[in-house]
Amino acid sequence: MSLLVITVGLFSLGLYGVLTRRDLVAILASIEVMLGAATLLLVGLAAAGTPMGTHEGAVEATGVMVIVLAAAEAAIGLALVISVARRFKTTRVDELAEVKG
Amino acid sequence: MAAFLDLGWLVVLLPMLLAVVVALFGRVLGRFTPAVAILAPLWVLAYGVLSLVEGLHDAPRSGSVEWLTVGAADSLTVGWAVDGLTAVMLVVVGLVAALVVLFSVGYMHGENGLPRYFASLCLFTAAMSMLVVADGLVGLFIGWELVGACSYLLIGFWFTRPAAAKAAVKAFLTTRVGDVGLLLALALLWREVGDLSYAGLFAAAPSLAPATVTGASLLLLVGAIGKSAQFPLQIWLPDAMEGPTPVSALIHAATMVAAGVFLIARTWPLFSLSPDALAMTLAVGGLTAIGAAAAALVQTDIKKVLAYSTISQLGFMFAALGVGAWGAAVFHLVTHAAFKALLFLGSGSVIHGSGTQELEEMGGLFRKMPVTGVTWLIGAGALAGLPPLAGFFSKDEILHDVALAEPVWAILLFGASLMTAFYVARTTRLAFFDAYRGDGHPHEGGWSMRLPLIALATLAAAVGFAGAWLAETIGAHHGSLDLRVAAASTLLAVLGLLAGWKVAGAGHPGLKQPRLAALADLMRQGWGADRLVERVLLAPVASASQFLYRFVDRQAVDGIAEGTAPFARRVGRAFSSLQSGDAQWYATMLGAGAVALLAVVSYIGRGL
Repeated sequence: MSLLVITVGLFSLGLYGVLTRRDLVAILASIEVMLGAATLLLVGLAAAGTPMGTHEGAVEATGVMVIVLAAAEAAIGLALVISVARRFKTTRVDELAEVKG
Repeated sequence: MAAFLDLGWLVVLLPMLLAVVVALFGRVLGRFTPAVAILAPLWVLAYGVLSLVEGLHDAPRSGSVEWLTVGAADSLTVGWAVDGLTAVMLVVVGLVAALVVLFSVGYMHGENGLPRYFASLCLFTAAMSMLVVADGLVGLFIGWELVGACSYLLIGFWFTRPAAAKAAVKAFLTTRVGDVGLLLALALLWREVGDLSYAGLFAAAPSLAPATVTGASLLLLVGAIGKSAQFPLQIWLPDAMEGPTPVSALIHAATMVAAGVFLIARTWPLFSLSPDALAMTLAVGGLTAIGAAAAALVQTDIKKVLAYSTISQLGFMFAALGVGAWGAAVFHLVTHAAFKALLFLGSGSVIHGSGTQELEEMGGLFRKMPVTGVTWLIGAGALAGLPPLAGFFSKDEILHDVALAEPVWAILLFGASLMTAFYVARTTRLAFFDAYRGDGHPHEGGWSMRLPLIALATLAAAVGFAGAWLAETIGAHHGSLDLRVAAASTLLAVLGLLAGWKVAGAGHPGLKQPRLAALADLMRQGWGADRLVERVLLAPVASASQFLYRFVDRQAVDGIAEGTAPFARRVGRAFSSLQSGDAQWYATMLGAGAVALLAVVSYIGRGL
């Protein structure tokens, strides 16, 4: 039970960050928090042994994959941020409103 | 000849075909249009005459086809059957229609839309023949509706005149009230008997429940009242005078309006089983006879006099039916067809010659239009009931039969015939005698107008002697002439004529009294029946319609229909503020939506 509370709380914190931060780097960091929350949930559930059934190894593998994906995402995301920062001289999303309809 | 008579359907189909031919090729036929059109009534006349000559007593000719199969066993047949009554009616219809077509050649000369006119007359002939030769109520009903439609077409012949268009609609709608009664009678009889042919109906009639017989008879009576312009559905006939005068002579005097009388005479074996329906018929006929005669006393339009006179005379026929004297009713129908068609055509000749319908603008026409004058006098004498003209014999038979059965109503009818003589004399003097008051040059019409007048005048003088033969032909009882009734009615006729003559010469001295003048005004407007209908029926319907229009239609229906676009626009504008272009705001909404969805799902699925 506490596992669920902790992961949902962590996920919500990350989401809150994504929604409220105005700086691209901070948003990326918040996404990392959310991914961390998801990984934690996967690993925690695997450790508890329920309710995923017999393939605990598959769950752990998924957790590892999420970490890898998070790393890749962070790499691409940060590269994009650098590119944006070079071009617009800012990383604040509310100033990056070129495609606003 | 027998082979000819076996082709009963042709008596309907050929006039119908001619109607189509005249309507389609009238322009090509040009002035030969009437010559083609007159073939329709002549055909009907020939068929009727030959049927009478052949003799009808042995076996009535008939034929029928199955029209519809209803349910598993019942089938609806339409067919024709010719017996004495049918043959007599065919002769009346064919003869009057032929003379009217002939008269129209002169009367309608130079009018626009003559193919339409003559085609309508042909169609009317076909419809009236259908009504008459049908072997059951289904065929009769088809003819019944068709004559109503033709009446509508011909009253509204001059449809560019608003009064004519209105009158046509009024006639159609008012008779429609009666038609509903007839249709309900058909439905009731179909449910109870399962056969609408006369033979089947009359065979089953004695074993029906009395309530059924009375109900069916009363519904038939409602139909007859509508068609024959009896009280309380009489209001359409005076307005129907907006149509061309030959049409008034044919449809609104001689044939179609008599269809109500024919209907009751035809269904007599059923009708006679219901004393209540008979009493109702007598009451309707008696009231109509005297009420309409009173209204005719004070009319100023020559055609309106004749219209009210027709209503009144039809009332006489209904009264005769009400006391069981259906033979006398049919006899009066035949004589009335002759002399009233004559009077209408005479009035048409007067209108054609003097260019007005107002009695006040006539006078002295006897000298200027001698043929019309003499024939009018014969028709007028027949209508007033002077011996030995036709109306005397038939009206006398009615008075006699009613006097024997219901003396109280007979007194009413005697009063009505006194009034009849009065308005006849008044109209005759105003139109034909004294000095000419108009400013035109009245002249006699051509031969095509004089010939029908002479032919009908001959009939109006002679046909009264055919009473015994007619009764034998149609299989009804013929009462011998009762000298006391004859003397009384003749005396009343002479008295009425003298009084009417005197009053017409004096120029209504009594009407200077305001109360009498007010009464005369009321009577002139047909006892205010139109106004009553307006107040009681039309005004509530009109205000209900206004309500429906203003609130239900304009606000509710139109409001919904017209409101959809502004509604969509407003909703769109309201939601457009959500689309700010701020991706984080979208994500917030997404998150909120997901949470809401989760909440809902977990709330619904909480018990699982």
